[in-house]
Amino acid sequence: MLEGQVVLVTGASRGIGSAILERFARAGATVIGTATSESGAAAIAGRISEQGWQGDGVVMNVGDAASVTEGIKAIGQNFGAPTVLVNNAGVTRDGLAMRMKPEDWDEVINTNLSAVYRTSQAVLKGMMKARTGRIINLSSVVARMGNAGQMNYAASKAGIEGMTRSLAREVASRGITVNAIAPGFIETDMTRELDESQRDAMLSAIPAGRLGEAGEVADLAVFLASEGAAYINGETIHVNGGMYMN
Amino acid sequence: MSTVEERVKKIVCEQLGVKESEVQSTSSFVEDLGADSLDTVELVMALEEEFETEIPDEEAEKLTTVKDAVDYIESHSS
Repeated sequence: MLEGQVVLVTGASRGIGSAILERFARAGATVIGTATSESGAAAIAGRISEQGWQGDGVVMNVGDAASVTEGIKAIGQNFGAPTVLVNNAGVTRDGLAMRMKPEDWDEVINTNLSAVYRTSQAVLKGMMKARTGRIINLSSVVARMGNAGQMNYAASKAGIEGMTRSLAREVASRGITVNAIAPGFIETDMTRELDESQRDAMLSAIPAGRLGEAGEVADLAVFLASEGAAYINGETIHVNGGMYMN
Repeated sequence: MSTVEERVKKIVCEQLGVKESEVQSTSSFVEDLGADSLDTVELVMALEEEFETEIPDEEAEKLTTVKDAVDYIESHSS
């Protein structure tokens, strides 16, 4: 279904990013997953070759402009310019607003939001030339609902949604779509950190009565990258078991 | 070998979808040839590729006519 596509997934070691990498690979795409460490990149590369998929794991720090530019250039030389970019890499540095340290604010904004500007800019040239391309940004339900203790994270994700709409308007005429996916609570290391009472409170707010699975987010990413989604642009699609409805 | 002007005009035609007869050396990309801002960015990208050069953003902004582009390339080619 996605043969010939070169898909770059940032933050592909674990959780949703890992599931997205897998689903794209199974759909026949060449997948490049990024990690911040050599060992992380090697683990992604190992998984890809073990499964007989096409692609590689690469080291990239999306928080650093030079790392992104060089990394995407190298991918272009080795596999061809990315035709699909999935901006998944993200961090949390939770804390109450009144006590939030400047470095916790800056790091979340830089890694989650400014990174999307960097990676998107770096892949756009190739997509403009190809007259086709897909950029898929991972937002979060908290971008809309807000979340106490996540002022920085929610701001970064709400920023991503605004960026998604603006960029979509700029490049739509060149056959490029830019969309966001806003997952609710998904079974990942990020949500496993919660204690039982937090978990129960969370479940009571989800009509589906369960957490989502990473694959349920990844399937949407694959759809958005497909030909069938060519007319969906600038949109944020929620995947949250009904906990927040537009 | 074509002249720089001929090569620039050819790229302008390809990028902006205009006929060669419409492109004069004084033609403005935006006002005469109907380019929008995204077209001009793509045009600069195509010129960079054709002439194997890098045009810095602050220079690229000044290239508003065919002549501007030709002059820039001629003065920056070795």
